Amino acid sequence: MPISLSPQMMRQIIMDHYENPQFKKTPEDISKYKTINMNSTNCIDDINIYVLVENEIVKECYFDGVACTISTASTDIMCSLVIGKSYKESLYIIEQFKHMIHEEEYDDSVLDEAIVFMNTSKQAARIKCATIGWDGLEDIICHDHKH
Amino acid sequence: MLDPYKLRKDFQMFRNKTQMQEHDLVFLDNASTTFKPDCVVEAVDQYLLNETSNTHRGDYDLCYNADVKVENARKSISKFIGANENEIVFTSGTSMSINLIAYGYAGKYLTSEDEILITQAEHASNVLPWFKVHEITGCKIDYIPLDKDGRLSPVSVEKAITKNTKIIAVAQVTNVLGFVIDVKEICKIAHKHGVLVVCDGAQSVPHMNVNVKDLDVDFLSFSGHKVCGPTGIGVLYGKYELLEKMDPLMSGGGMNAKFDMCGDVKYLNPPSKFEAGTMNIEGIYGLKAAVEYVDKIGRNNIAEYETHLRKYMIKKMREVPNIIIYNENADAGIITFNVKGVFAQDLATYLNSKGIAIRSGQHCAKILITFLHEVATCRASIYFYTTKEDIDAFVDALKKGGDYLDAYFA
Repeated sequence: MPISLSPQMMRQIIMDHYENPQFKKTPEDISKYKTINMNSTNCIDDINIYVLVENEIVKECYFDGVACTISTASTDIMCSLVIGKSYKESLYIIEQFKHMIHEEEYDDSVLDEAIVFMNTSKQAARIKCATIGWDGLEDIICHDHKH
Repeated sequence: MLDPYKLRKDFQMFRNKTQMQEHDLVFLDNASTTFKPDCVVEAVDQYLLNETSNTHRGDYDLCYNADVKVENARKSISKFIGANENEIVFTSGTSMSINLIAYGYAGKYLTSEDEILITQAEHASNVLPWFKVHEITGCKIDYIPLDKDGRLSPVSVEKAITKNTKIIAVAQVTNVLGFVIDVKEICKIAHKHGVLVVCDGAQSVPHMNVNVKDLDVDFLSFSGHKVCGPTGIGVLYGKYELLEKMDPLMSGGGMNAKFDMCGDVKYLNPPSKFEAGTMNIEGIYGLKAAVEYVDKIGRNNIAEYETHLRKYMIKKMREVPNIIIYNENADAGIITFNVKGVFAQDLATYLNSKGIAIRSGQHCAKILITFLHEVATCRASIYFYTTKEDIDAFVDALKKGGDYLDAYFA
């Protein structure tokens, strides 16, 4: 994805993922999934993340619940990025995303559409919205890996 | 009519032309907290810089002086709400005040037969402590119905009272809808049925004259920081005989008269009984200065000004395309709104990018959402220092909204 995205394109990507999120749904057999609930005190976000894992490979990733534009779009993009990736690869993507959000050096080659959140730090109160899904997935992976 | 431009000179936040996102700050989140005038900052400084010492330890002059100042503050605050001095308990704020009543009174005296009445419009501080009382005692929590606008009428209070009702806990002004409820009439009805009234005054005391004796309210709480005072200091008013019956939430130094190794303890009388540990003394100094400052402006003047400004604000906001105002007919300087098709948080972020501070979300009134049928709303709230120019800047930004998400990219 070119770094020279116009603001209009960035907005369009966010709105597309907000209005038609591909991964916002509750899986049928929840018991097969590793899940976590994430909620935020400074926004309305209250989401569940569902990950189906085989041999530390993310096979499926979904979320449901109440979420704002930013968290919906951000979590939806996250799901699209980690499917088919190993835990290690997923953690690398999450790490790069967070580096970008916090205005640190990051590897944009793994972030694809997620780079539309590159300026979130300008609206610091919304950083939590942009990262809530990523924090949840990181928790699931780290917790599972430990066991 | 009061002069907001003159009053703004008392606030460094205005004199400094505080900036947000490279714009002059327009502060419309006064239901959340308020700015501090110089006299409050000076009072806090006076304690920290020149008069530091502990209270209740009066062996030397500095302590004696601090004791006198704290009691003088109690005097000023009791005058501010029409209470007796010994009925003013210093707390950390409204939340702590209501928790004190919930644990110290309701938790002690209520049983599983009893019932507490609240409304859907209450702030979390006036909901969750009662849920705790339910956990402890098994008592029932019920909701007094609001009318279609969200207003609580004395008639519906009377209808909701049952033979088991022991406590009614309501905000005099709710923090999302901003209706002023008739506490005096509600107390009259409640007392007829032997029910106590706990009033959350966080949004009323700073903005309108409140006299606890005239209202005949049993308990009333408010927070210092919403009335131009420091954070971390607030007040619980309780009728003296109720404070006497109530247990302290915390025990420790400064609240006991004597105790021995057998565990026999004699507590001090109210209000000291509830003030264990070293108090927020600089906060008390600051709160005294704050209530005296607000009293000097006059809360009747503040209420008159806010009513006037609210009308102006509603009129201007109606010009914004696609605006939804949820409480057009309310009384207080709180306006709750959305712009159709724009997520509340995104609207607030967009306004932030224009230097305008409002609040979005559920405003700590999470059960109200079922009444409003909205996931989240925006709230703009004014105080005596809010000007027409603030409103104009706010409405102008709303009108130019268009692509709200641009706040992330521009």
